[in-house]
Amino acid sequence: MKLTDIATVIRSKNAGPFLLTLDIMFKDRFTYEKFKKAGLMTKERAADIYGIEVDDIQSVTFFDPADAVKITFTRPIVSGGLGDTDIYGAQQHVPLMNWEFSLNL
Amino acid sequence: MPAQKRFKILSPTAILGYGFPLNSFARGMEERPDLIAVDGGSTDPGPYYLGSGKSFTSKEGVKRDLAIIIEAGLKAGIPVAVGTAGGSGAAPHLQWCADIVREIAQEKKISFKLGIIPGDVEKRTVKKALAQNRIKPLDHTDLLTETAINESTHIVAQMGIEPFITAHEQGCEVILAGRAYDPAPFAALAVLMGYRKGLALHMGKILECAAIAATPGSGSDCVLGVVEQDSFVLKALSPERKFTRLSVAAHSLYEKSDPYHLHGPDGHIDLTQCRFTELEEGMVRVSGSQFIPSEKTYIKLEGACPAGFRTISIAGIRDPVLIDKIDSVLKDVIQKIQPFFPGLNMNDRLQIRQYGACGVMGVLEQEKQKGHELGLVIEALGDTQEEADALCSLYRSTLLHYGYEGRVATAGNLAFPFSPSDLSAGRVYHFSIYHLMEIDAEELFPLRCETVRGN
Repeated sequence: MKLTDIATVIRSKNAGPFLLTLDIMFKDRFTYEKFKKAGLMTKERAADIYGIEVDDIQSVTFFDPADAVKITFTRPIVSGGLGDTDIYGAQQHVPLMNWEFSLNL
Repeated sequence: MPAQKRFKILSPTAILGYGFPLNSFARGMEERPDLIAVDGGSTDPGPYYLGSGKSFTSKEGVKRDLAIIIEAGLKAGIPVAVGTAGGSGAAPHLQWCADIVREIAQEKKISFKLGIIPGDVEKRTVKKALAQNRIKPLDHTDLLTETAINESTHIVAQMGIEPFITAHEQGCEVILAGRAYDPAPFAALAVLMGYRKGLALHMGKILECAAIAATPGSGSDCVLGVVEQDSFVLKALSPERKFTRLSVAAHSLYEKSDPYHLHGPDGHIDLTQCRFTELEEGMVRVSGSQFIPSEKTYIKLEGACPAGFRTISIAGIRDPVLIDKIDSVLKDVIQKIQPFFPGLNMNDRLQIRQYGACGVMGVLEQEKQKGHELGLVIEALGDTQEEADALCSLYRSTLLHYGYEGRVATAGNLAFPFSPSDLSAGRVYHFSIYHLMEIDAEELFPLRCETVRGN
């Protein structure tokens, strides 16, 4: 399945000029808990999805109050730096949408 | 124990100048708030605004918002606090915003006590801290250098709640602050009144985005926050919006790297014990937010420095033969024009973005498929505007007529939507300082009070 099957929000945004932060919010607590327990999202997985080094992933945080998981990583280019393509970092979420995985609900 | 049971804060809009519906604002004023606070800026729009001293919001928008807010505040006898005035909160931004306030006073014939709190840090102060090893990078690893300090046009520090508290103690009716920790203008007066810092700051963190934390979210609508003894309540002020447990909890994630620990100047807000409870009428109660003071006070420094001049040209490609070879063609053309600019490294001077391929995600793009058409944005950087113009012009004309292998369409490679095809975009700035400075005995954020008189 894909995240779009079980998440209502998949978004990206700067967290300051040097970090990019991604949020996945699941459609309900049950799905979130299933996803969390399955251990599907790790630093290694996030690095693989984005084709970046594991060391560049700052954190993967499961945030129970919002049934959400947050991934934060170092931007390849600082906001507004030479060659930057997305000053606000608001359009970097699609690799998460395209990611395919197995989960028994 | 706070002197009163509850303290109400009206947040009119997510950024001063973004506007708000008058009906929502009127509903907010009917709640008899104790404070109107608003965030005036952000680093989100990139380094240009801090570097150039300009605002990313329009004068018209800021003036409209401020006129309504100040008039309502004075009428109700409650203070108005603005953080990060003018978009980036450096001296020219603060000046710009203060001039708008004075203009409003003149036009509306109102008088009040204005408190101005600059957020600038002198270069010698930063150099001294650097020499004493009191500066460390934030979210990156580049150590600060004397050169970066010297080249930055403005250096600002994010003030916490104390300078606002001083201004409130002095009886300022309108407070304009330079660069401020976003929740500070919201939380300061509540903390002064005896409410818990963790609650006040967490509520400020949500209120500074106004209705973005409600559902449906909006950056241009008013909300109300009510802090009580051991919790706070959020209330939307438009019938089309409400707060839900999820919308508020989700907002803790918004543009923050760590949702459980929100770092500020003298400590962090710990949300690990936070409870979000839905009440009637689209309100949400939040409890359990704790403020954890840090041993040392670290303030965030921000600076931007000039990085040359930019010229851009926009052009489309529809030819499938060229689209197929585009990566190598773009590189070949760079090689072709290199001899005309000896001594310049073309890779630092030319960026060609391919919209329809990897224009949005750049190096993070994994999709190999290109669209049936490509939009190119040619960007040239020069030490002067003339140099940038010349680089862009030569690259554009060389690419237009470049004879690549297998070319069928021999009359021209690019479709230009505009004449002139090249746009001189002016100065470019880069973030040069994004560091934490450990406070020693620096006297920062001096308050200046003046009586603004509208004749």
